[in-house]
Amino acid sequence: MPPVLELRNITKRFPGVLANDHIDLTLNRGEIHALLGENGAGKTTLMNILYGLYQPDEGEIFINGQKAEIHSPTDAINLGVGMVHQHFMLIPVFTVTENVMLGSESLQLGGVLDRKAAAERIREISEAYGLAVNPDDHIRDLPVGGQQRVEIIKLLYREADILILDEPTAVLTPQEADELFRIMHSLTERGKSIIFITHKLREVLDIADRITVIRRGKVVGSTTPKQANQSKLAAMMVGREVDLSVHKRAAKLGAAVLQVQDLKVADDRGQLAVDGVSFAVQAGEVLGIAGVQGNGQTELVEALTGLRSTHAGSIRLLDEDITRADPRRITELGSAHIPEDRQRDGLVLNFPVADNLVLNTYYQAPFSKGAVLQQNTISEVARERVSKFDIRTPGVETHASSLSGGNQQKVIVARELSRPVKLVVASQPTRGLDVGSIEYIHGRLIESRDSGVGVLLVSSELDEIMQLSDRIAVIYRGKIVDVLPAKGASKEKIGLLMAGVVQKGAKASPKVAAKKKAVTKKTAKKVAKKKAATKTTRPTKRRKDS
Amino acid sequence: MANQDNESKAPAQKKSAFGIFLQELGRGSVLVPILAIITGLFLGGLIVAVTTEAVYTTWSSSPLEAISRGVDAALRSYSALFNGSIGNPERIADALASGEGAALRRAFNPFLESLTKSVPYIFAGLAVALGFRAGLFNIGAEGQLFMGAICSVYVGFALTGLPAFIHLPLALGAGALGGALWGFIPGLLKAKTGGHEVINTIMMNYIAFRLSEYLLRGPLQRPDTTNPISPFIETTAQLPRFFDSPIRFHLGFFVALAAAYGVYWLLFKTRLGFELRTVGANPSAARYAGMNIVLVTVLAMSLSGALAGLAGANEVLGVNYTLAPAFSSGYGFDSIALALIGKSHPVGVVLAALLFGFLRNGALQMQIAANVPVDIISVMQALILAFIAAPAIIRTIYRLRAPAQQDDELRVRGWGG
Repeated sequence: MPPVLELRNITKRFPGVLANDHIDLTLNRGEIHALLGENGAGKTTLMNILYGLYQPDEGEIFINGQKAEIHSPTDAINLGVGMVHQHFMLIPVFTVTENVMLGSESLQLGGVLDRKAAAERIREISEAYGLAVNPDDHIRDLPVGGQQRVEIIKLLYREADILILDEPTAVLTPQEADELFRIMHSLTERGKSIIFITHKLREVLDIADRITVIRRGKVVGSTTPKQANQSKLAAMMVGREVDLSVHKRAAKLGAAVLQVQDLKVADDRGQLAVDGVSFAVQAGEVLGIAGVQGNGQTELVEALTGLRSTHAGSIRLLDEDITRADPRRITELGSAHIPEDRQRDGLVLNFPVADNLVLNTYYQAPFSKGAVLQQNTISEVARERVSKFDIRTPGVETHASSLSGGNQQKVIVARELSRPVKLVVASQPTRGLDVGSIEYIHGRLIESRDSGVGVLLVSSELDEIMQLSDRIAVIYRGKIVDVLPAKGASKEKIGLLMAGVVQKGAKASPKVAAKKKAVTKKTAKKVAKKKAATKTTRPTKRRKDS
Repeated sequence: MANQDNESKAPAQKKSAFGIFLQELGRGSVLVPILAIITGLFLGGLIVAVTTEAVYTTWSSSPLEAISRGVDAALRSYSALFNGSIGNPERIADALASGEGAALRRAFNPFLESLTKSVPYIFAGLAVALGFRAGLFNIGAEGQLFMGAICSVYVGFALTGLPAFIHLPLALGAGALGGALWGFIPGLLKAKTGGHEVINTIMMNYIAFRLSEYLLRGPLQRPDTTNPISPFIETTAQLPRFFDSPIRFHLGFFVALAAAYGVYWLLFKTRLGFELRTVGANPSAARYAGMNIVLVTVLAMSLSGALAGLAGANEVLGVNYTLAPAFSSGYGFDSIALALIGKSHPVGVVLAALLFGFLRNGALQMQIAANVPVDIISVMQALILAFIAAPAIIRTIYRLRAPAQQDDELRVRGWGG
């Protein structure tokens, strides 16, 4: 029997870039084939070719041994190829049935939508694959994991045999990810085939039948989980040996640099996103804030850096109350901010690297004299920083937009850590970066910590939190459900906390005052109860900038 | 590393205004406007040719003859355009040979008149360009220009007995202030309430137009007439002219060039300019960097208004010496197009303003000598603008490669942005 899918010699050029360089890939029936590679390696381009969004410059696609011409997603769907995008394509105010029908509506006589028949089919599919989706639910009421299952149902409804899942676990808790893996297995047992795109090594080893690693548009190797391990895969991905573990000395704690008391912050819609949070960051430690995206982390960081006004509570930086301070004051007090969305907040993309390196210090000596910018000094300092922080750029006059993501982030890190700082607020500092840059930025953060700076690390990558942090605070629905020492904390436990589940007898950190502890546990319990009642394990809020 | 080598050479290069412009030329972002102008001129000629009556009357008997007539008409109108805007070469040669003053003045008048015509374009173009750089779409240049003219003319005729070196700067300053006020109001509304500057500047335009009509029929009306026209300004408030009649070329041209340099210096050399460009390019990053967006927005709109006000002041103090409602031939609106053609860069704006000045001045001659309506010039300007607004057309025609980055993108936020 021929493979369900065979890509031969796929080549795709963009101006100046060879995105796919003679890529071969086969997918067998009932197989989970992981496509592993760094951001920008060409995974998404390849899948967009398969899904008909791009046309290859060279190469052929065979489906079930037949040569296929895929000119549009419609062609792809007709050939049984379906894709779940990283950012879901669902309409929140529509029901599951309506969303699934969208684009392939079944009609009754006279052009009336036949919702009943569609709902019936959805129910059948859901039962057959164990998806637990109710066709009458509205999308806005579903947790992210549930929305993802609706996306999968959309494909099955259109009778797709080849499912492409693009970074499906990026938005899930570890438990939800496990649930997804179970579903993926039940799909392959029934003869579906899956291409699983990811850059997370652990997941690949857990679930894939075969692994293809892509680097710089080329297939660098294929392997199976049995033959590979994490460091081997990382080396294939990056092209050199990678040290994935973070070495750090024991924390030398100093006085508290950041103290947050009962902080309440509203989101853009006026709802409380941060709901009574208290914690402290001490000099010389990394406090990690773990949590699934959209549980108030963004608003918390914005409040701490002066970008969002607070609703109640207080924030102290060193000896100063910064609850109502503006970003400039907070920066001048010695707080560095590595923002979550580096292209929106951290950089002016069509400014030169040099200007971006002084984006928040341009008005101070030696960069300005009176009202006049000292361009020579700015360029000189920029050149120093470019070499000190290993920013790969043709020159300091190059626009930030033409740098890779990793180098863009290094520009921000260079700018923020070149000032005398007492506190570093790093929000998703390595999101979407290549392994080399991740290694580098982790190193710099630990270096800051070792030099006596307090580091607040907010990340939705649990691995990153666990590697870097000295203490871990878990945030769920705007509340910190627990603070625990990183040493000895298990991934499972943090995963449960991230989902809002607080086990009986769970110990809060001794650093939290006894009274606080009681409150925290009480609210957490309430949340857990609520969860049991509604069966929603996750808030439905999603990244607003997606 | 190889890039280190490149960098060590870089500091020797000091960035000059023109240097940056040439650099952009090299990157191809200036190539598009130039090609757009050439294409616009060509298509304008084509339109002249196909609208020539003789082409149709001779077509049935001899198509070749008809085509040659069309080409002839196009060439004739362009030579008239050239003579009207730059000067008639023969006449210039004769005048130089005779050396007679009056003949020389007549021969060089077209060129100098074109320069004079471009003065309000330079000011108003700078006004809109400054707004663009700060991410603001100032459609109110025309109204600001009116306010500038009103204030200038008032200071020009109402104050008497002052020496010129006090009176003239005062009158110019009043013009700038009037325009600045008309920019300040929508700037404040934008910064404080988020009211979109496009809507508010349009509304401010209407207020300015009606206000000037009221003033010219009331307090500012010349006593001995029923026409809506102001008294003449004192000679001490006039921008001095360099030559005798008929040449109207005046000091304002050099004031405009100085203003262009000032805007360049402000934008690219000062703290305020850095803030202004940051707010324009990425307001989120400006906030992150601790910049005062409210202040920057208000200042940018006020400065933009002041420049537009100076455009009005120059027309009043340098050319007309009085104010009548029809004194502006839409400089404020043309300047939007002009700022786009000039890529919102002061050097580009000056060049585009010269182009507009020459086209407008030559158009008159074209109408007289070649019997081609002035509107052809408007059509050409529209074509040039359309090509600049849709660079893909020019890139396709001339098979240019798209730039790697959208640096030349219009830096204006959309509705509700």
